[in-house]
Amino acid sequence: MPSPEPCAVAERQRLLVCDAKAAARGLRAGMPVSAALALAPGLRLRERETAAETEALLGIAAWAMQCTSSVALEFPDLVLLEVSGSLKLFGGLAQIEARLRQGLAAMGYSAHLAAAPTARAASWFARSGRHRLIADAALLENELRALPVSVLQCAEEEVLSSIGAGSIGDLLALPRAGLARRLGQPLLDALDQALGRLPDPRGAFVLPEKFGAAIELPAEATQTEALLFAAQRLLAQLEGFLAARAAGTRRLLLSLAHRAAPATRIELGLVAACREAAHFALLLRERLQQTALPEAVRAIALEVQAIEPLEHSNQSLFSDELQQEGNWPRLIERLRSRLGAAAVHGMALCADHRPERASARAEPGARQLALDFELRPFWLLERPQALEEMGSVPCHQGPLKLLAGPERIESGWWDGADIARDYFIARAANEALLWVYRERSPAGAWYLHGIFS
Amino acid sequence: MPGLATALDQHPGVWRGSELARSACPGVATGFAALDAELPGGGWPGGALTEILPQHEGIGELRILGPALAQLSGQGKFIAWIAPPYLPYAPALAAAGIALARVVIVKTAKDSDSLWAAEQALRTAACGGVLAWPRRISYTELRRLQLAAEAGGSLALLFRPSEAAREPTPAALRIALATAAGGLALSILKRRGAPLTRPILLPASLAPASGLSSRHDAHAVDSTTSAAAAAGSVSARLALA
Repeated sequence: MPSPEPCAVAERQRLLVCDAKAAARGLRAGMPVSAALALAPGLRLRERETAAETEALLGIAAWAMQCTSSVALEFPDLVLLEVSGSLKLFGGLAQIEARLRQGLAAMGYSAHLAAAPTARAASWFARSGRHRLIADAALLENELRALPVSVLQCAEEEVLSSIGAGSIGDLLALPRAGLARRLGQPLLDALDQALGRLPDPRGAFVLPEKFGAAIELPAEATQTEALLFAAQRLLAQLEGFLAARAAGTRRLLLSLAHRAAPATRIELGLVAACREAAHFALLLRERLQQTALPEAVRAIALEVQAIEPLEHSNQSLFSDELQQEGNWPRLIERLRSRLGAAAVHGMALCADHRPERASARAEPGARQLALDFELRPFWLLERPQALEEMGSVPCHQGPLKLLAGPERIESGWWDGADIARDYFIARAANEALLWVYRERSPAGAWYLHGIFS
Repeated sequence: MPGLATALDQHPGVWRGSELARSACPGVATGFAALDAELPGGGWPGGALTEILPQHEGIGELRILGPALAQLSGQGKFIAWIAPPYLPYAPALAAAGIALARVVIVKTAKDSDSLWAAEQALRTAACGGVLAWPRRISYTELRRLQLAAEAGGSLALLFRPSEAAREPTPAALRIALATAAGGLALSILKRRGAPLTRPILLPASLAPASGLSSRHDAHAVDSTTSAAAAAGSVSARLALA
């Protein structure tokens, strides 16, 4: 999340990483915090949180399951994907890499990506920050030779430099027996694993059942756009998680944490299961605009409890999702997200003689009963409107002429809302056709109940 | 030169001032042959705005849409009712042949919400028809709806009071409805192509209620009530509804 001031993360009073704005002021990783503050007085300094890093790494691993079913983790900062089985599906190494890079950017992470025939070699290339996509095992050894020994991350780095071994190539040139005696077998094993001479088994990452992710905002925010910006990163992660499970969801729970007030909870309900982050973001935007926040938001958490199977969809050539036919659930969701769930509904016939109960709200697309009614008006008044009476003739903008009727409707004694009415079709002075009734009670008042349009 | 005349007739970009415009988007048949003949595209214009200006409510402004809406919903397209003035009544819609599963009703609190909802519905291809009852709408807003209808290709039917006839409109079709002796008079105030000066008279017997008089006989009528209208005139008039 971009912030106006330079930003850096520190560990034990030394800078660990800093953003581009901080780097522009001359801040570098490894610099003491006091020196950094002298260079950039407005620096926003955050202490390193290893728990949050682990959480993020797990999130990335779950998201990356969309590219392959076998993912392994190497804490604190490495995710390994076995992609040889996915090359054909995604169209090659470069396509997978582009997809990963795009997805990581959407989630707000920057990463070094590298591919190699062995897991160990790939991890070394990624650690060294060299962008290499090596598919051919024959080329591997040459590329490995150029890597610095720092990728080994072993304690004997100083020993290595003192004997003049600066790169992996230098190490490979040394006699194996002597190397093993001085630096131990593990180092030699690591080299062999990188070259594919020794097996390198990894524990597979298991996808969690539920999705939960949180993001802390760099600065407290109230504006929809700022909140949405952060939420989109979570939604991108969710999309990967759902794609990995070949699933979608109908219910998202977003909770916005405040400083003192209880968290604001926003629940997104969908008509049909969906996994696209862009669609979720669209709905969320409407909801955020309508939600009154008690305080500024400090952190956003996204939770999905239930998922359901959803087939992979083909990517559309044109981005406007609403152009496609048959996606009416999208329209309903979009309307509901702004107008509220109750404002958008369908209708259904009900087997009830009482006119006000013969037509009921229903979910759009719901199954319908086939029922036969007498002649009924297109419009029904929500509440019957009392009509004046002039010399026993009902009046609505002039006296009404009764054309047909009565149709006697007497029903509903069983639930207390019983009616006893005589319905007539009447013509008003202005030629409008109305549906009126007279109460079958001694008073016999007249009411307007419908309009034949 | 007869050759030139036929060549011009076949050219899609040329139309004669005395003829109806040729429509790239075929219309949705209204179900009334007399009306279809006067509409470019042979029906309610698809992908364009239609304004319907009834003299007052209750004269058949929905009835004339029944066949077209039934056809669209039968094709699986949704019909969106945006901010209707009353409750659309399911038994009547079902009797008109409209598939109720394809009906979406949207209630709004503000005009701006109605326009937004109408625009959203028009832009999707899933909606075959959008019926809207805006209380007040400006030329710019009408233009927006017209563009949305063009994007989605659906019927955009706007119900406006008859006073709106004085205002200019970007709509492709504007029809005023009034009652006339024995039926409904439709005046086409604006259409693409030559103007039409005489109103189209739709007879009273066009309602989908052919079996009404027999049904009426089957129903018990209390002859002592004040509703003792002459049976003959009842069946004749009932067809209007």
